Amino acid sequence: MEISSINPILLLASLIVAATPLLLAAIGELVVEKSGVLNLGVEGMMITGAICGFAISVNTGSPVLGLLAAAVGGATLSLLFAVLTQFALANQVASGLALTLFGLGLSALLGQGYQGVKPPAFPHVDLPILSKIPVLGPILFTQDFVVYLAFFLTLGTWAVLKYTRAGLILRAVGENHDAAHALGYKVVRIRVMAILFGGACAGLGGAYISLIRVPQWTEGMTAGIGWIALALVVFASWKPWRVLLGACLFGGVNVLQLNLQAAGVAIPVEYLAMSPYLITILVLVIMSADRSGAPASLGRSFHASN
Amino acid sequence: MLRLEKRPQPSQAWTYATPLLAVILTMLAGGALFAFLGKDPLEAIRTIFWDPLFSEFAFYYRPQLLVKGAPLVLIAIGLSLGFRAGIWNIGAEGQYIMGAICGAGVALAFYPLEAWWIFPLMVVAGAFGGLIWAMIPAVLKVRFGTNEILVSLMLVYVAEQFLASMSLGLLKNPQGYGFPGSRNLQQYDSAHNADLIDGSGMHWGVVAALIAVIFAYILLKRHLLGFHIRLTGEAPRAARFAGVNPSRLILFCLGTSGALAGLAGLFEVAGPSGQITIDFNVGYGFTAIIVAFLGRLHPVGILMAGALMALTYIGGDIAQSKMGLPSAAIQLFQGMLLFFLLAVDVLTNFRIKPAKKEVA
Repeated sequence: MEISSINPILLLASLIVAATPLLLAAIGELVVEKSGVLNLGVEGMMITGAICGFAISVNTGSPVLGLLAAAVGGATLSLLFAVLTQFALANQVASGLALTLFGLGLSALLGQGYQGVKPPAFPHVDLPILSKIPVLGPILFTQDFVVYLAFFLTLGTWAVLKYTRAGLILRAVGENHDAAHALGYKVVRIRVMAILFGGACAGLGGAYISLIRVPQWTEGMTAGIGWIALALVVFASWKPWRVLLGACLFGGVNVLQLNLQAAGVAIPVEYLAMSPYLITILVLVIMSADRSGAPASLGRSFHASN
Repeated sequence: MLRLEKRPQPSQAWTYATPLLAVILTMLAGGALFAFLGKDPLEAIRTIFWDPLFSEFAFYYRPQLLVKGAPLVLIAIGLSLGFRAGIWNIGAEGQYIMGAICGAGVALAFYPLEAWWIFPLMVVAGAFGGLIWAMIPAVLKVRFGTNEILVSLMLVYVAEQFLASMSLGLLKNPQGYGFPGSRNLQQYDSAHNADLIDGSGMHWGVVAALIAVIFAYILLKRHLLGFHIRLTGEAPRAARFAGVNPSRLILFCLGTSGALAGLAGLFEVAGPSGQITIDFNVGYGFTAIIVAFLGRLHPVGILMAGALMALTYIGGDIAQSKMGLPSAAIQLFQGMLLFFLLAVDVLTNFRIKPAKKEVA
């Protein structure tokens, strides 16, 4: 195989598939961070979602139920984080790490006996008329419905944060929790809800990997995607549209390196496999100069007595 | 309902009691988990915590305690310095791998020469490998303000790929019949990190871990730099007024933890593991995070926490072979420990009181 054998339309279509789990997890984390909470447990919630979704859809035969279970699984795990950081006022960095370590162990335990099993296939939705457009049609409009869901979730998050009162309150809590508290907003309650939303999104993203992208179950299969999603939020300067852009960029890098591996380029496979992580670092370095978008209370615990 | 009232000073008693409480809670929750998996919870807990030390085969397991505990303590000591100052190196796993590759690389470069200076040179190379790998997030943070958590973690995945490439390529054993993996350093006398007393499990890594504990203790208790580390963690504003140079502190904390993790990797590859293979790393770098917190970021505490964690590794293996307890259950058990630890920590800083009626 040569580089010329890579089909650009197929490449771009699989780029969307690779970008979707990242987008889901990163949008969830964006909302969490906008509320002033840094949840480093995305990787743990994703992998838990991946196995919950996988197990339920294998046992019920319904991929939709699987996705639902993944969201519930991710949210349940994030509830642990919420209890630790919002009620027991534990350090958010440490609690997030705990969540990831715990999630990796939990998913490995739950996933026993699911290795090598094939999940029920996920139907593709060919949008009428739109899917007939040359080039764009096969890339954008013949995907599964989760891709569209992820897109509309991004749209919705952007609109809610920018134009609604709820979004304004969420941002106020994230910028200055003391002021928000003084205005009578329930800081802890709002943050817990944001954390649950983030957990559900991460769970969905994980299930997308195990049910649609791969699709099968292996231990530790998220392989750092949760951490890349965290980096993506920084890359995006906490703006939903830039999360979408970043997800496509990272999805593209990943798909491209996989295609280059398959095409048998002279670069060793291991060095190609490193590239998404190296590019994440590079992007972080470039973007870290601009911290204007970061919520001011990010990572700080709130207790009404302070 | 209950409410929390902030203590003016963290409670001394609870500082010591919370790790114990967390271990007990983990045993209870873990027992429930094992019962759920259809195993006898009491037997499982006894197999994990008691059998490695006091069963009839304990003579075989006790040396393992040192072998498994040394890398954990060595890495956790380094991490604890940074964690105290709010500098989060969570990529120790990658630094561990790079230390092992550099150290083993030096040994393999000189193979089959036998000389006394080969092992010391490997030690230096191992520390250097971990140091360089940790310096990447450190320099990026100092120079560009990049988040060290994400960079150090990303570098773990890079190091894992590098390890695969090394064991399939440059460091592959030319006489290994094409199997991946390097020459076995246990069969190369000058490079072998053998037991100092035969069969005791006491190799140079254990010695290094004990030295690290002592140095960390002196650093934190008696040295200005240690005071600056503690000050930065507890009162960052005060530290700035006191003239603490944050850049120097970042370089020092990340560099030290990287070098120690690199050393841990080197002692492992030259001793218990023996060779560079694709699956050389087994997660010590991540478990060490739990060890650091369980030891309350205190050198002596870390020593005890490292021993306890090593016990769960060994006991977990026994429970796996004797009772068929899945290895993932042990991983989950270790994760639970960190959870409970963080949760009960609230007692150190707050009093729990019945809530007053809310007004308005």
